[in-house]
Amino acid sequence: MIEARLYLLQRGSAILLAPLVLIHLGLILYAIGDGLSAAEILERTRGNLGWAAFYGLFVLAVAVHAPIGLRNLAREWLAWRGRSVDATTLAFGLVLLALGLRAVWAVIGVGAGDGA
Amino acid sequence: MTDETLTVEIWRGKDTGRFETYQVPHRKSQTILDVVTWIQRNREPALAYRFACRVGMCGSCAMTVNGRPRWTCRTHVSKIVGSGGVRIEPLRNLPRIKDLVTDMTPFFEKWQAARGRFEPSATRSEPMASIPSDDPERRIVDAGIECINCGVCHAACDVVTWNPDYVGPAALNRAWTLANDQRDGDRAGVLKAVSEVGGCHACHTHGSCVEHCPVGLNPTAGIAGLKRMTLSALLKGSLS
Amino acid sequence: MIRRAQRHLGFFAALGHRLSGLFLALFLPAHFLVLGLALEGDAALEGAIRWSDQPLVKMAEWGLVVLLTLHLSFGLRVLVLEFMPWRDSRKAMIGLGAAASLVVGLLFLFNLG
Ligand code: SF4
Ligand code: SF4
Ligand code: FES
Repeated sequence: MIEARLYLLQRGSAILLAPLVLIHLGLILYAIGDGLSAAEILERTRGNLGWAAFYGLFVLAVAVHAPIGLRNLAREWLAWRGRSVDATTLAFGLVLLALGLRAVWAVIGVGAGDGA
Repeated sequence: MTDETLTVEIWRGKDTGRFETYQVPHRKSQTILDVVTWIQRNREPALAYRFACRVGMCGSCAMTVNGRPRWTCRTHVSKIVGSGGVRIEPLRNLPRIKDLVTDMTPFFEKWQAARGRFEPSATRSEPMASIPSDDPERRIVDAGIECINCGVCHAACDVVTWNPDYVGPAALNRAWTLANDQRDGDRAGVLKAVSEVGGCHACHTHGSCVEHCPVGLNPTAGIAGLKRMTLSALLKGSLS
Repeated sequence: MIRRAQRHLGFFAALGHRLSGLFLALFLPAHFLVLGLALEGDAALEGAIRWSDQPLVKMAEWGLVVLLTLHLSFGLRVLVLEFMPWRDSRKAMIGLGAAASLVVGLLFLFNLG
């Protein structure tokens, strides 16, 4: 049961992430191609709810997706099994979620035009 | 052809042991099993190995040949030896007993864990259910049913090596045929069994099993089918 | 370390998938922390981005973009194999598809770089 649930979360988040990653990659290439500076990037992202939602979802999906993969890896390659690995990978997921949402907040959320 | 000789290395011992080297006359249409048999009859009477049918039916002769798991009675020497010799070891991922013989007990225990056995839905006094041969489920079963229990896929699978709970491709392939068998009395039970720790979700779709199955079965596709079936059961809430 | 029985496309795809995933997971916290610098004002982020202009850091960043492309391609392979009906003959095509998407991704990057 738990394995089936984790599988659902892993593949479900993967299906969600696939288009998000494509768009993210596109953005990276666009930003590099145009040689954007931090100020220029922030100017475009600040206060933009669409991007906030996009990256908020991205962070959430990653925070689900990555720990499950790490759990598999730890169990298979390090022979680290049982509750301790479950707890550790869960904690990693929560840290990712917190740091990720903070980053979204930093880049997009702070009151539009602040400091720019 | 008879004047040619083969250099054959064979594992002797259990977990500790060594490779012994033998010179074996190379014959036309010679199989790896022929080579092992020749050595046992002419050089090493105490050599332990297993076979029965010699025609690819019984699944008892599987060994590791030059690093790959194979059914030795249907593997021709000429296909194996390029420039080098032949090195024969027991199958991976199973406890060793002696020389080329492994203990298949865990392999079959895992079939049971995956509910890889038929649960009847009728008694012998009732008429046999007939399922048309073009029925979609019947076709799925037909595609996976010819497993000879040789353990080659089990030996080839890395997840079996890495995850001691993993029941492996052969057991799941059997479970897949039962999950599609209209005569089985507890198909939901199959889905529950393969959703346990070490069930179908542990498979990472490497495809080493498909790559090596001597009878050309495709456990990876069956396991993917089980994943889809269990997911829809999970979403419908019928998995618990 | 890589046994003969593992030398086929599927195994290397899975290995690449796992290793790229591992590196991405380890990199993500750092990535988020750098972006979080924007909280301390644009100058801090600008500084971090300047710092990342050094050739070595640039290389590492480029590597991460490649890893992300890799992980995506190999992930799509798994999704196709697990959720689409496929026959044996299509297995090679799916492998090729993943490889092709990878090559396209890499070419794209080289062009820009
Ligand atoms: S597809 Fe699954 S069962 Fe087959 S070798 Fe790979 S991990 Fe093992
Ligand atoms: S699925 Fe193929 S390789 Fe695996 S046990 Fe059955 S016949 Fe052997
Ligand atoms: S001896 Fe029966 S399959 Fe090889």
